[in-house]
Amino acid sequence: MKKEGHDAPARKYRYNCPSQRHGPIFMTDRTHKAVALISGGLDSMLAAKVILDQGIHVEGINFFTGFCVEGHTHAIRKRDQAKPKRNNALWVAERLGIKLHIIDIIEEYKDVVINPRHGYGANLNPCLDCKIFMVGKARQWMMENGFDFIITGEVIGQRPKSQRKDTMPVVARESGADDRLLRPLCARNLPPTLPEREGWVDRERLHGFSGRTRKPQMELAKRLGLEDYAQPAGGCCFLTDENYSRKLADLWRARGEKRYELDDIMLLKVGRHIRPRPHFKLIVAREEGEGRFLQGYKNRYPHLQTVSHGGPLTLVDGRPSPQDMELAARIVARYSQGRNAETVEVKTVYGGEEGLLAVTPLKPHEIPPEWML
Amino acid sequence: MDAVSRIVVDARGLLCPLPVIRLQDAVKNLPPDTEVELIGTDPGVMQDIPAWCRINGHRILESRSDGNQYHIKLKTGR
Repeated sequence: MKKEGHDAPARKYRYNCPSQRHGPIFMTDRTHKAVALISGGLDSMLAAKVILDQGIHVEGINFFTGFCVEGHTHAIRKRDQAKPKRNNALWVAERLGIKLHIIDIIEEYKDVVINPRHGYGANLNPCLDCKIFMVGKARQWMMENGFDFIITGEVIGQRPKSQRKDTMPVVARESGADDRLLRPLCARNLPPTLPEREGWVDRERLHGFSGRTRKPQMELAKRLGLEDYAQPAGGCCFLTDENYSRKLADLWRARGEKRYELDDIMLLKVGRHIRPRPHFKLIVAREEGEGRFLQGYKNRYPHLQTVSHGGPLTLVDGRPSPQDMELAARIVARYSQGRNAETVEVKTVYGGEEGLLAVTPLKPHEIPPEWML
Repeated sequence: MDAVSRIVVDARGLLCPLPVIRLQDAVKNLPPDTEVELIGTDPGVMQDIPAWCRINGHRILESRSDGNQYHIKLKTGR
């Protein structure tokens, strides 16, 4: 049977570059194929471009964990709607002229977040385990699709947890990718990988970037004509965000176990989260866009809406008692246009039953800071 | 249009990139020239689905907004 991808034998021959600039280049009789982890940021775009420019067939892979910071998540909030609503990974793929495979890893990724073998970073970010997991998934994809090696945009010293000289071999080893994992932006600071040793790519045309500075990447982007790129201020993952991690830790504490569903982690991105009692919390829309987003969840959660005054849709997560619903209504009234009124009418929906409460809005000092997540 | 060769992907309530993933999965084993309609509520689909189609050689036939819903019709490529 004919072997394909990394199992296929490729004849190698030596090509002496006329310019003598790069020395001999070892060519093979078939195009090798690399799968590039594309986050949508600059580094992975550059890494893929560097390898594309060496005549390698590159396809992108992008993993959706549920924690990804997307332009669209920001776009839920009305004030952010001027921002472009593009998916950066798709945009990068289109810029590079490569295919992109977006893979849903929400379920499998839970174990990475809940039980990281290498621990968390500054917040609930399991960066090293995450990288190992994603490279491992890319390896699986590589094997299934007959590709030869994996590319990432990692740079030694760029990230304190996952991109250090001592963690680079850990990612390669524990993911199972071993020397089929090539980091084109810092390859020259690392031992040669299989694609370099076999002459599939020219090591001399790879880079030796290191450290936290972004300057070399920006200069390379300019040289390659890739000057328009996404610059996410807080990284590409919500788990690196302190506020988000605090809300996730609260969720686990309230449930008595480290467990989540996609709805939970999506809702942590939206609204004002208030926990007045350990067994329930409120998610109060901060503006119209969030209210519209929460509408999509209201059939699955108890919820409240002011009726005598304009006010935010509020979901309740937990098992509130009737007294709790009254407290919840007073909090919701506090965030309504009736906050200074004597009485605000609030519609409640719980277990399929509708109710109407007339409540006095809580005063600001009646909401202790520790309720606010 | 033959009902068998037209697929509807309901991505309402999903935020991007989930609509793209649902469409990608639905289209994966479809023959060329199959009409697919995606219905979504995330305005991002109006950018992402056409971008995904351009990358993968599918053709957009129609895209329109209907209140808070977005409808995109495409034909699978070869």
